[in-house]
Amino acid sequence: MVDKPTFDSEAGSLGASPDEVQFRFREDEPVDHGTVTVDACCDQTNATAVRIEPGDDTRQLLPFLDRLALIEVNFPTFADGRGYSAARILREAGYIGELRAVGDVLVDQLSHMRRCGFDAFAPDRPLDEEAAQRAFATWDNVYQNAADARRTIPELRHE
Amino acid sequence: MYAYDKYDQAMVDARVEEFRDQARRRLEGTLSEEQFKPLRLMNGLYLQLHAYMLRVAIPYGTLNSRQMIALADIADKYDRGYGHFTTRQNIQYNWIKLEDAADILADLSRVEMHAIQTSGNCIRNISSDHFAGAAHDELVDPRPYAELLRQWSSFHPEFTYLPRKFKICVIASEKDRAAMRLHDIGIQIVRNDNGEIGARFYVGGGMGRTPMIAPMIRSFVALDQLVTYAEACLRVYNRYGRRDNKYKARIKILVHELGAEEYTRQVEEEFAHLLDVGVEPPRAELERIKEFFADPAFEDGPKTLDRSDPDFALWVDRNTHRHKHDSYVSAVISLKPVGGIPGDASGDQMRVMAQLAEQYSFDEMRITHTQNVVLPHVRIADLHALWTALDQAGLGAPNLDTIEDMIACPGLDYCSLANARSIPLAQRISERFGASGKTAKLGELKLKISGCINACGHHHAGHIGILGVDRKGVENYQLSLGGSEAEDVSLAKITGPGFTENGVIEAVETVTDVYLQRREGEERFLDTYRRIGMEPFKEALYD
Repeated sequence: MVDKPTFDSEAGSLGASPDEVQFRFREDEPVDHGTVTVDACCDQTNATAVRIEPGDDTRQLLPFLDRLALIEVNFPTFADGRGYSAARILREAGYIGELRAVGDVLVDQLSHMRRCGFDAFAPDRPLDEEAAQRAFATWDNVYQNAADARRTIPELRHE
Repeated sequence: MYAYDKYDQAMVDARVEEFRDQARRRLEGTLSEEQFKPLRLMNGLYLQLHAYMLRVAIPYGTLNSRQMIALADIADKYDRGYGHFTTRQNIQYNWIKLEDAADILADLSRVEMHAIQTSGNCIRNISSDHFAGAAHDELVDPRPYAELLRQWSSFHPEFTYLPRKFKICVIASEKDRAAMRLHDIGIQIVRNDNGEIGARFYVGGGMGRTPMIAPMIRSFVALDQLVTYAEACLRVYNRYGRRDNKYKARIKILVHELGAEEYTRQVEEEFAHLLDVGVEPPRAELERIKEFFADPAFEDGPKTLDRSDPDFALWVDRNTHRHKHDSYVSAVISLKPVGGIPGDASGDQMRVMAQLAEQYSFDEMRITHTQNVVLPHVRIADLHALWTALDQAGLGAPNLDTIEDMIACPGLDYCSLANARSIPLAQRISERFGASGKTAKLGELKLKISGCINACGHHHAGHIGILGVDRKGVENYQLSLGGSEAEDVSLAKITGPGFTENGVIEAVETVTDVYLQRREGEERFLDTYRRIGMEPFKEALYD
């Protein structure tokens, strides 16, 4: 995983697509086709990209993680925090593909989203580049274990 | 008491800078009020009727004199010379300017304080027993566990946009002085049959419009799994708590709708999973934290008092609590002077309390959820000198746990949600009962007043509760009886039709008369009510 996000300004394509991805912390090629719903993904054995809505049960996807290269988690409003749990559950289950936060993604949620395992961000409205970089770097250290495998403050205290 | 290390300090400092940037963007107009709202709320800043209100966290209600003096300075410098201690053991300031907010947070960070997560749909300040570390009846000091949870819940990446606010309470005695079972999570530290210390979890309590008493969902969680279990409780809530209706979004509704058994099943499943993932902090961290809460150097001294001054003797009887060391007591400073605003203290009074804490209580104070201040460790030999100093500062009201020691929310005088005024009603009731001498006759009587159904004044848990409502544009007050927030927890029941402001004061008079006529032996108001039921009170009120 790269430390500095790359700014993806080119690329035009399908669905909820790479061209809307403003920040990406991965070096592999983005999936260049649209996503399907969780239900469709469970029925359809060839889908490689899926989109989770807040009310979906993320754990339904766990049997299919091997074949998924992109999971989008939609935040219809920033105040709906279910997507944070969805992200962690996916990472805890060993998902290593792209995990993309889409929708009402704002500067002030970026650092928490990152900690929960999101490695790509496609906000509805593009974010101020500088403010976003500052947000990603807000916390030198963190108290809790999460999906980012950072050493926590309690761990650092007892090294 | 807990002291920050470089990590804790850096977290708070980072938050001050982050907020300074957010406030600047709001003042410049880059952030809309809608976008700014959740951010300011995470930093304890509310927009109220007349101004911004800033709520400062006092973790588990414990603070030292340096911190109390900083709170006094903020009251004088940025507010109108007052602060208001809250039912969450916090303090709030009612007249704050947005332009000053970041500076206040910076002032707080210099004394290891903050306003982080004192509002918003996140895990709030952890509350605890105000006699923690001092009470004769506690198993252990609950505060190390509260501190462990404070750190875990601060800036939690997964649980910052919960369906609704989330309140956790930790106690460690059978006696409940913190309304533990009226919290989203109530934790009681207990000893199991094998002699091990662990945590008993109650989940889904709360007041508000739909009051609920939290059911126990697990009788014992091992201490090295405490954070993991809490994380499981929160994750189930974050995923499945209702988000379609703000008024049904608290965890109590989820637990109620699923049933405690099904909620528990889901938590246990998530818990098993999270044990595999490994989210618990190293066990050594709890041990590190515990060292900060070691007993101060108690010394043997006189264990008896000269009670020849009746005013002093009354204050001792009402306002002190038995300590685990027999040469000490915990002394409670009442912030309920007759006719005063419950929980208010001036900057000068805060400085007096700070100085007395330094002199007489190992530099420690506690805020109670009933909006008073505790000096936890006072030598019995020093009590008279302490009382004399308090009395001179107007802080010697001998009325703890009496009808004068009421909880009242800020009400329509400050709060944008309120339907009715609470403070003037509280003032009038305490004046009336204080003047008539009836306070003394009534003994322990917990009166709690809320100015709207959000129940910040805990009226559901009052022996007598008063709820202000708006009835066709007129303030109207409903009376309820029989609530308790203690270990005998119960929810109060409404007597019947509501009253005017004058009428409800008469109604309180009437129900206390019924009690005085009907009580047997040493019964408290609550005991008599439980024995004779609602009917006799109703008859006296409405027939």
